[in-house]
Amino acid sequence: MSTIQTSLPQAAAIGEPSAWVRLKTNRNVIALWFMLPAAAFLILFLAYPLGLGVWMSFTDEKIGRSGVFVGIENYEWLWDDSIFWLSVFNTLLYTIVASAIKFAIGLYLALLLNRHMPFKAMIRAIVLIPFIVPTVLSAIAFWWIYDAQFSIISWSLIKLGIITQNINFLGDTSWARASVIIANIWRGVPFVAITLLAGLQTVSPSLYEAATLDGATSWQRFRYITYPLLTPIIAVVMTFSVLFTFTDFQLIWALTRGGPVNATHLMATLSYQRGIISGRLGEGAAIATAMIPFLMAAIAISWFGMQRRKWQQGSDQ
Amino acid sequence: MTDTALQAKAPTTAGSDESEGMSYLESLPRRLVTLYLPLFIILVVLLFPFYWMGLTSIKPDEQLIDMEKYNPFWVVHPTFKHISKLLFETQYPRWLWNTMYVAVGATTLSIFASVLAAYAIVRLRFKGADTVGVLIFFAYLVPPSILFIPLASVIQAYGLFDSPLSLILVYPTLLIPFSTWLLMGYFKTIPFELEECALIDGANRWQILVKIVVPLAVPGLISAFIFSFTLCWNEFIYALTFLQSTPNKTVPVAIVNEFVDGDIYKWGSLMAGALVGSLPLVILYAFFVEHYVSAMTGAVKE
Repeated sequence: MSTIQTSLPQAAAIGEPSAWVRLKTNRNVIALWFMLPAAAFLILFLAYPLGLGVWMSFTDEKIGRSGVFVGIENYEWLWDDSIFWLSVFNTLLYTIVASAIKFAIGLYLALLLNRHMPFKAMIRAIVLIPFIVPTVLSAIAFWWIYDAQFSIISWSLIKLGIITQNINFLGDTSWARASVIIANIWRGVPFVAITLLAGLQTVSPSLYEAATLDGATSWQRFRYITYPLLTPIIAVVMTFSVLFTFTDFQLIWALTRGGPVNATHLMATLSYQRGIISGRLGEGAAIATAMIPFLMAAIAISWFGMQRRKWQQGSDQ
Repeated sequence: MTDTALQAKAPTTAGSDESEGMSYLESLPRRLVTLYLPLFIILVVLLFPFYWMGLTSIKPDEQLIDMEKYNPFWVVHPTFKHISKLLFETQYPRWLWNTMYVAVGATTLSIFASVLAAYAIVRLRFKGADTVGVLIFFAYLVPPSILFIPLASVIQAYGLFDSPLSLILVYPTLLIPFSTWLLMGYFKTIPFELEECALIDGANRWQILVKIVVPLAVPGLISAFIFSFTLCWNEFIYALTFLQSTPNKTVPVAIVNEFVDGDIYKWGSLMAGALVGSLPLVILYAFFVEHYVSAMTGAVKE
């Protein structure tokens, strides 16, 4: 690095380059050109819409008609809207329950996959398949599995004599909530398991051997070796997991579209319902903007987790 | 740097992939109960929806709705009726083509932009490079669910509504942050000396990037490409919002909107549609498992 920096003035001394040549070799100017395509995309289609969304939430814009500034009217409206609060409750329930179970099963699966066994690479590859297949397409499969009349789960349970009539998975409020949470867990476990597995593989086996010689039980080995070494990556993985669960849209839309009686409406689906389908863009934008504080909290936790990771590695950055 | 070094060395340092470790201390019955049985149950649960998808798509209609006469877990006279109906009587091939077109277009644009950006951040070390890196990481955390309403009006304003081109332009916002972070990790592992030699030999920055850095980062590029392609194929909310007319839709949107007609016999074609839509990704994944895994874990660990 230092060589590059010092070589530039030397070259300049020999040839006395023109201002144009110096501009061409200036790292900041070159970097500007290199950053241009990425910056253009991110500013035009990410930063600008993000700002525009917040602005739209303060207007009464509708599809096909530009809005005027109405202050916090949209938010006041939402504050008194029981369906909005129901969607907030649903989102929190969905996120907390699904993330907690995803973490538990994911960590367990990662620990299993980290052990010595035949066909390990192949099993690991198979585990990730639910994550590869587009969410909507696997949600459609779940829709069929949860069918009110021909559900394979109901059929099996009836044959086993556990229940006497079909369960209305997506028609009953509690069952519908449980069903979408299970589908989300199914889809999310492979991601958690495979990323945690990558973390587990960096833990040296000699630590376990030493602990075993000292008489540690398998629980103690997990609690005092695996868990502390894995904490930073758990923080990052779970932040991502929480973030994606919180803003989930496609699974719900494919399975229930927020029904029955709004029992599975998340903030994202309600925002689509109000903003695009009913055409009240301002109100939809207000619901979407209301998600931002929650996301900020998740990002703050992620940032904190990474700082701690650096500290553990002895870096002074 | 330490992160990347750890990541690159991960499989060798731990050595857990090949080595037996302490597993010889366990007896077979114990391994059966604590390892193979739970693993088997989890695998069955993870794979069952796909089995069910595949089975339904080749099941004749009368077996689908008569669960007393025929065992639902098996099929007696498999039929390709649903799949051929899907391919020849609906616009499915068109939707597949749209999805492919959008995914390839958006991925190519994003990889191009990400290579340039990652190189600039890691190697040009311009003023504020670290800040830009952090901003790009934050961009990764902005979900489509809070952007689709304002983006719909932006797309409308540019006159791109109901055009697959709108998706090609919007998807890079999901892909660039991720690919840039992944490629930054790869570029950091390329020795400075190679670039210094090239600089002394009179190469400019563009030549260094194209002739030295990019060829050395090919595994990273493949990872970024595969992962981005999968993300494009999976994206739903933007496609649902921006595309209106039936022939322009992508597979996920078309499946959800076009097949839902209240028909009791819809399930065969619906499952066939889901199966055919998933196959390209699963095949791609089968060829590049390692790249895929390194993309996923790399982005998280960086």
